[in-house]
Amino acid sequence: MKKIFGYPNSLTVNPTHYCPGCTHGTIHRLVAESLDELGLRERAVGIAPVGCSVLAYNYFNCDMFEASHGRAPAVATGAKRCRPDLIVFTYQGDGDLASIGMAEIVHAANRGEKITVIFVNNAIYGMTGGQMAPTTMPGQVTTTCPAGRNPSHEGYPIRVVELLSTLRTPAFIARAAAHTPLHVIEAKRVIREAFRLQAEDVCFSMVEVLSTCPTNWGLTPSEANKWLQENMVPYYPLGVLKRPDVDETPIPEVAASLKGA
Amino acid sequence: MAKVLMKGCEAIGEAAVRAGCRNFFGYPITPQTEVPEYLAKRLPEVGGLFVQAESEVAAINMLYGAAGVGKRVLTSSSSPGISLMAEGVSYIATCHLPVVLVNIVRAGPGLGGILPAQSDYLQATKGHGHGDYKLVVLAPSSVQEAVDLMYEAFDLADHYLTPVMVMGDGMIGQMMEPVEIPPMRDLDDLPAKPWAITGAKGRKPNIVNSLYLSEVACNANNWKMKEKYDEIVKREKRSETYGCDGEKLDVLIVAYGTMARICNTAMAEVVASDKQKRIGLFRPITLWPYPYEALAKEAEKAKQILVVEMSTGQMVEDVQLAVLGSRPIDFYGLTGGLVPSPDDVADKLRKILT
Ligand SMILES: Cc1ncc(C[n+]2csc(CCOP(=O)(O)OP(=O)(O)O)c2C)c(N)n1
Ligand code: SF4
Repeated sequence: MKKIFGYPNSLTVNPTHYCPGCTHGTIHRLVAESLDELGLRERAVGIAPVGCSVLAYNYFNCDMFEASHGRAPAVATGAKRCRPDLIVFTYQGDGDLASIGMAEIVHAANRGEKITVIFVNNAIYGMTGGQMAPTTMPGQVTTTCPAGRNPSHEGYPIRVVELLSTLRTPAFIARAAAHTPLHVIEAKRVIREAFRLQAEDVCFSMVEVLSTCPTNWGLTPSEANKWLQENMVPYYPLGVLKRPDVDETPIPEVAASLKGA
Repeated sequence: MAKVLMKGCEAIGEAAVRAGCRNFFGYPITPQTEVPEYLAKRLPEVGGLFVQAESEVAAINMLYGAAGVGKRVLTSSSSPGISLMAEGVSYIATCHLPVVLVNIVRAGPGLGGILPAQSDYLQATKGHGHGDYKLVVLAPSSVQEAVDLMYEAFDLADHYLTPVMVMGDGMIGQMMEPVEIPPMRDLDDLPAKPWAITGAKGRKPNIVNSLYLSEVACNANNWKMKEKYDEIVKREKRSETYGCDGEKLDVLIVAYGTMARICNTAMAEVVASDKQKRIGLFRPITLWPYPYEALAKEAEKAKQILVVEMSTGQMVEDVQLAVLGSRPIDFYGLTGGLVPSPDDVADKLRKILT
């Protein structure tokens, strides 16, 4: 019998700890398939965050770091700058990247670190049991906004990839989702593109993936997929937001008199 | 080799290069900014890497990444910046990664001031970040010693796979002294690091991780770290004595870093004016591991002990642990950037000698 479907080589055969219906596992697979298809596994270095994917080092079949909360882009910077031949990616949740780690992601993107960032936005803190994230939707109930997120008190959800797309530094920045087969196929396409650009030493690349947390949303997996489509997709538009080859407005050169100063 | 006149911070930077360090990540803060400034120019000359981080938090995590891929790596900061690095250093220590940190201590607490101080002693030797880890802490008292200790710090870090801090007060960083710079380490001679993150080609993945959800595994790693620290305690304690050759001492001064040099001058001043007085000086060079036994041995000769620091007395408790109540311990210190002068210390000595 011919095997037509199995584990990608870049995933270990360990069972994951993710909850049923959680899209973290799907996104792991998309990363692993991309590494396999581009032949990058043996050069790949993953950086796990603090969050539900803290154990990602058990699931990716490549060299791995486990970083402190929010600092994966800084760890990636240290690794990639010292070993530019490695393919370095971070895998981070929305609390990790958009709250405590906001400074690190902005500056890694702005320096144009040649790393790939996989940003899993599930609009909540999963690991610590469902607290408000910077990406939590207006009105969404969490344990720390029990009456629902109130934008006049907690502000509006941060659209991280839009924010990063304003940076002048060339980058590939996209947003995808993982709640339907069609969306998964598109997510795979942009994740693979992000790794390809790193492998070709082109630019910083990042893909935000809208993700579900059925457990802390208090929904069944299929309800969660529906909730994502109805509530998150309209606020977090999908697509490629920034490409490295698009010409940006020119910036005047620093006056010669200052150059040598 | 001929000596060159160098500022402490710049000499520290050059010593790191000589020690085979080609990677620096850091953030400006007075009074150590000359370290990053020097290395920003110097590292590219030797094919090295300089990155100005967005914060000390980012810098220490860049070190984590750089050490994880097997490189010699340095950061330099001063007190508030070192506080910000605490979480990262705890991760680095737990992952058994070698890094070197420089703390050119300024006055604290809070934003404090930019003048010299020794008020990060307890932070460096007892606490810093969370969990059961230790920093090896080396305290130079001259620019030359700062160079020599920097050169060695990278070997200590690689040997024990642990973070090492070179801690100088602002004076060490800012003063200029003639120094002999050690030769360039051959990069091909540096220790092999088979545990490093280099890509899992033809081997199982390497993992750099400090998470131990199993209490049994966490306990085991903490004891593995403790064993390493016990080994360091056994092998690496360093100190020097001055004027301790006789049988008896009226006073034994205990001081480190710049303060030890000032005390040395004060001691000479007092003895010159009163030949009957016998004063000795004990200078710890490793603040952790603390040279308790060597200090206890010298203390046996002394009627009493005087600890002098640019702090409100952070080292006193280690001196107490060394002498275990057998001698009275007096303290003299100024803080906030005030540096006790030799006359200040001499006055204090005369007071306790009468
Ligand atoms: C410095 C620090 N602060 C807080 C925590 C606790 N903590 C662990 S995971 C987490 C939130 C993670 O949420 P997210 O990044 O959204 O990932 P998810 O679990 O949803 O995948 C927090 C606050 C920590 N480990 N370290
Ligand atoms: S808590 Fe949420 S994010 Fe975490 S594994 Fe479960 S479903 Fe996934």
